[in-house]
Amino acid sequence: MKDKDMLPDEQQKKTGVSRRTFLKTVTGTAAGIGISQVFNPALVSALEKALETHPVIWVQGQGCTGCSVSLLNSVDPSIADVLLKVISLQFHPTLMASEGETALENLYHIAKKYKGKFSLAVEGAIPMAADGKYCIVGELNGKEITMVDIIKDLGAKAGSVLAVGTCASYGGIPAAEGSETGATGVMDFFKTYGIKTPVINIPGCPPHPDWIVGSIVYLLTKGIPELDENGRPALFFGENIHDNCPHLPQYEAGEMAGKLSDANGCRMDLGCKGPDTYADCYKRKWNSGMNWCVDNAVCIGCVEPGFPDASSPFYEPA
Amino acid sequence: MAGCKPQAVPVGAGKKIKVSIDPITRIEGHLKAEVEVKNGVVVDARMHGGMYRGFEQILIGRDPRDASQITQRICGVCPTAHATASALALDDAFNVKLTKNGRIARNLILGANFLQSHVLHFYHLAALDYVNGPDVAPFVPRYAKNDIRVSKDINDVAVAQYLEALEIRKICHEMVALLGGKMPHVQGIVVGGTTEIPTREALNAYAERFKKVKKFIMEKYIPIVYLLAGPYGDLLKTGGGYKNCVSWGVFPMDDAGNTLLKRGVFTEGKDHPVDPALIKEYVKYSYFDDSTTGLNPSAGRTIPDPHKKGAYSFIKAPRYNGKPHEGGPLARMWITNPELSKIGQEKLGVKKMRDIGDAAFSILGRHVARAEETAIVADAVEQWLSEAQPGKETFVPAPIPDSAEGLGLSEAPRGALLHYIKVKDKKIANYQVVSATIWNANPMDDMGQKGPMEQALIGVPVPDPENPVNVGRLIRSFDP
Repeated sequence: MKDKDMLPDEQQKKTGVSRRTFLKTVTGTAAGIGISQVFNPALVSALEKALETHPVIWVQGQGCTGCSVSLLNSVDPSIADVLLKVISLQFHPTLMASEGETALENLYHIAKKYKGKFSLAVEGAIPMAADGKYCIVGELNGKEITMVDIIKDLGAKAGSVLAVGTCASYGGIPAAEGSETGATGVMDFFKTYGIKTPVINIPGCPPHPDWIVGSIVYLLTKGIPELDENGRPALFFGENIHDNCPHLPQYEAGEMAGKLSDANGCRMDLGCKGPDTYADCYKRKWNSGMNWCVDNAVCIGCVEPGFPDASSPFYEPA
Repeated sequence: MAGCKPQAVPVGAGKKIKVSIDPITRIEGHLKAEVEVKNGVVVDARMHGGMYRGFEQILIGRDPRDASQITQRICGVCPTAHATASALALDDAFNVKLTKNGRIARNLILGANFLQSHVLHFYHLAALDYVNGPDVAPFVPRYAKNDIRVSKDINDVAVAQYLEALEIRKICHEMVALLGGKMPHVQGIVVGGTTEIPTREALNAYAERFKKVKKFIMEKYIPIVYLLAGPYGDLLKTGGGYKNCVSWGVFPMDDAGNTLLKRGVFTEGKDHPVDPALIKEYVKYSYFDDSTTGLNPSAGRTIPDPHKKGAYSFIKAPRYNGKPHEGGPLARMWITNPELSKIGQEKLGVKKMRDIGDAAFSILGRHVARAEETAIVADAVEQWLSEAQPGKETFVPAPIPDSAEGLGLSEAPRGALLHYIKVKDKKIANYQVVSATIWNANPMDDMGQKGPMEQALIGVPVPDPENPVNVGRLIRSFDP
């Protein structure tokens, strides 16, 4: 190990951007990623304040952690900056240092202290069958806490809820045909229990990190963004994939891809669900702009409420 | 127990103290540990798997090709592994042979995510058991006495590396996406190969990123793992468990199917070839119908019974030849027995993996095996990059068979992974998955044998039951 690689102060220099400079970058980025209004100094200061007053609690139900892993792929702001400077992430099962009762006591302490203010991020579906037994999220004072218990309790206390991913938004794969667990998305769950807390759906299997970070920044600085009829921010989910696809001219010319590895041609005959799917993947691309599903294979409609049943079979035309 | 807080008399000497940790955090999924501590060590342990989704039922009746998409959603940390095992099962059922470029493209996709997963595991899941993060959420709160034994300087270095590793693992995902479409959950791995023929441009972009990743692995990740062996040396002497290993093998290096990390079983001190017929899943202590116990995956059934008396986990208990076995980097490295990295040879004073001996089967030994395996996969990535041919076909179309069976044996970063498919009338008639953590975190079987993680917990020092730090350390050493 070379000493120069180990110097911590060098690393700090790299990441030690002042909070104010950083927030300007973030809000500038937020504009770049589609948050239409230009951020002014008042909004920068709003985000600074939100860090102190609006913590985020992130809970996981019937999921795969893929939404959290996708969040880690945030580019601008980097995930290190998101964690240390944009949000106060008080509870996150995959990332937090604490475990067991230490973690849960902090969770309930924060939920009480910031009642009506904290944002609850939900990843994964909520299984309502079998008294909630299909997902146990923890144990406090010898009592099991189910995902149903925690969403009922914290959902009512939160200022807002971010349903992160298709499972939390609409049930997703755990709710697909054949499921026996009563897997449910947050909005439907709230309807059942009469919980009125506003919900922002950020679907996708997983959602793009910009959709997650962008929605959080918007929420913390400006409030609930404009939502479409499926509860999704219109600024990320307002455009049809097929109508904006780079392969559209080929479709119009009748040039259709014949097999999955064909680089050219419209992929509709291969099962592409772009025509039924609304998201800005076509221009945002994935993983720092490396690629996206349609250029690689086909769209399987993972941001839509009917996913996966409505788009399955994935490799047959709709 | 050098290094543990010195206590003349352990708390609660002579009495059994129950300690329950739920949630176990910094893992994928929902686990609870329940241990009994006597005289400062764990004397009994139970691992509870707390979540069930029902993938195996959800797959029934679907187009078989959908399996490699749906099963990826089992795990967002290792979707490429599920895609690979599923595609192998489908290749088998569809009777399709990959092109050479298809095999290499799959290796490049899976390989990049192995690197991602191991870096993520060490820094972002495990490291907070050994160093303190910054004093802000989510790095606080912590245990009041969390047994951190490194100096402030080393702690600062580790935190800087934690942040740098966030960037490195993101770059690994960019590599996956270049050939796999996006990550998590790739589009690129399908029955018959991969969907995107690599261009020279894409391979260059992959190689450029890989260089940064490899440098980090060799100059930071591997050295810091050995650095921890100083202050935490006692953790090389605890957490061994059964010392039985399974590896189905991963990364085919030729068309005959010889793999980089070898296929094999190591039971009670002896090596054996793998016979999939010897795999059986037991459910006496799992929330599944008793009629489904003791079945091979090819006859496997999944009928949940969430209120079953006596059961304590949603994880089935798979056994190989009737015995519990652990999977993961340690198992693969033990079975493959490669030479260690230069720094590993220097620090441990031995040449090959098995020369480490019993100390390999320990909390820290699993971290060492994972770090060493990362170097081996990185070397292989270099080779595949030189073998990949721009513009050469990676995909072989094949019709859905009317009826067929397929078996996919591969490895997730965290252990042995099996997918089994039965096709009838061109639809999925049965689908069974025996995933990595199922091998490690399972409950007792019908014969009364504990799961590997449960067994490995026994004997682990817990001098202070209010702060049971070593329980989490042991569990996370398996990367569940």
